[in-house]
Amino acid sequence: MQDFSVITNWIHEFLLSTLGLPGWLTLTVECLLVGVGLLLVYALLALFYIYYERKICAFIQCRVGPNRVGPWGLLQSFADMFKILIKEIIHLDHIDRFLFALAPYLVIIASMMAFAVLPWGNGLQVIDFNIGIFFLIAVSSIGVLGILLAGWSSNNKFTLIGALRSGAQMVSYELSIGLSVLTMVCLAGTMSVGGIVEEQSDLWFIFKGHVPAIIAFVIYLIAGTAETNRGPFDLPEAESELTAGYHTEYSGLHFGLFYLAEYLNLFIVSGVAALLFFGGWMPLHIPGWEAFNHVMDYIPSVIWFLGKAFVLSYVIIWFKWTFPRLRIDQLLSLEWKYLLPINLFNLALMVVIIVCGWHF
Amino acid sequence: MISLGIFGIENNALLALVALLTGAALVTLGMWVAGLISPRSFNPQKGEAYECGIPTRGESMSQFKVGYYLFAILFLMFDVETVFLFPWAVRMRELGFGGLTAIAVFFGILVLGLVYAWRKGALEWK
Repeated sequence: MQDFSVITNWIHEFLLSTLGLPGWLTLTVECLLVGVGLLLVYALLALFYIYYERKICAFIQCRVGPNRVGPWGLLQSFADMFKILIKEIIHLDHIDRFLFALAPYLVIIASMMAFAVLPWGNGLQVIDFNIGIFFLIAVSSIGVLGILLAGWSSNNKFTLIGALRSGAQMVSYELSIGLSVLTMVCLAGTMSVGGIVEEQSDLWFIFKGHVPAIIAFVIYLIAGTAETNRGPFDLPEAESELTAGYHTEYSGLHFGLFYLAEYLNLFIVSGVAALLFFGGWMPLHIPGWEAFNHVMDYIPSVIWFLGKAFVLSYVIIWFKWTFPRLRIDQLLSLEWKYLLPINLFNLALMVVIIVCGWHF
Repeated sequence: MISLGIFGIENNALLALVALLTGAALVTLGMWVAGLISPRSFNPQKGEAYECGIPTRGESMSQFKVGYYLFAILFLMFDVETVFLFPWAVRMRELGFGGLTAIAVFFGILVLGLVYAWRKGALEWK
């Protein structure tokens, strides 16, 4: 299996020994490299996701989708990015200016910090806290604050209702995400992201934990869809009743930043699902099939991780074009009366299975 | 187990700070560039709230439905519960039967809380 830490170690040695930089300067340069890398991957992935969703949506509706700008419309999202950059940012009169400007910061920072925890490949993981998955849940919940602030500070009835709906929805479904993650942490016995991936080196958790793991996966996927405010849970921005929800008053790039974070959250949710249930960057290994495992190891770990994340994102996008939008009372009763009790029961089931040693 | 970040950096909190600053830099730089190249025009009607063209009546930063508070409080209860369960989940195999009993009692109290809220009708959206 190839290991990216060879490359990072080489850069570290190159800076420290060949260039002869002092320790603190090496650290600064490395931090800068991490920052620039994160920024580039973040932006490129968002552009890819916009194209990806538009194409999938088009094919589901028997259309072609973007096909004019560049081959197969590949440059469409770049064109859209430049378009949004040159749009006017309208200055409004009756808003709370400070909170209005602060809201996109919170939303972007929350998704960027969660983004940095994902395991991209073997030795290619930016942050590896020993409480990694817990840190991820903690920082991604900061995004709710940004959305509530955006709705409140706009001084507009649509944005206020949109933000409150979004807040109620996100905090409710965060419980399901937290409990699903907890179920898998019980199985893994560690919260470190690297540790969780290592635990799955013989078999992925969805196979290891059989029934409870599959239930947890389904609940995670439903809750993750709601957490990213995507259809069928897109009632915070139900355009027929609330124009555009919490970001109605944002214009130009200010709006674009919310849009960016929304797509990246889709990637993060699928990335975490890939990490918890499908082994992160770990190739598909089946105990006893030595030759098969060896062949699987030849596929680079980055491709494994991105492939899993894209397939899971595809499923989430598919939801959007399959199910009609829920009403707010249906949405809340789905979470509190169905998903939460099932999840609590599932957690107990998982504990029983681990205690009795029935998992693989 | 000590887990190292990228480049073998031991201080993961530093890397988290780098991610935070990167996010802040993305917004700041983006807004700066957009401010440089985007057009600006003034029109008194542009500054009004966008409520489908009808003139706005009253303040929007006002009271709202109390139902949202109820769900926020219920969320708080269960979220704190999750925080307590995580450390136990990591050490579950070592803590053995004693830990399991303790957490089962805690879990039972919590489920009672949910049942209470359900019976009281806190989960109905009226």
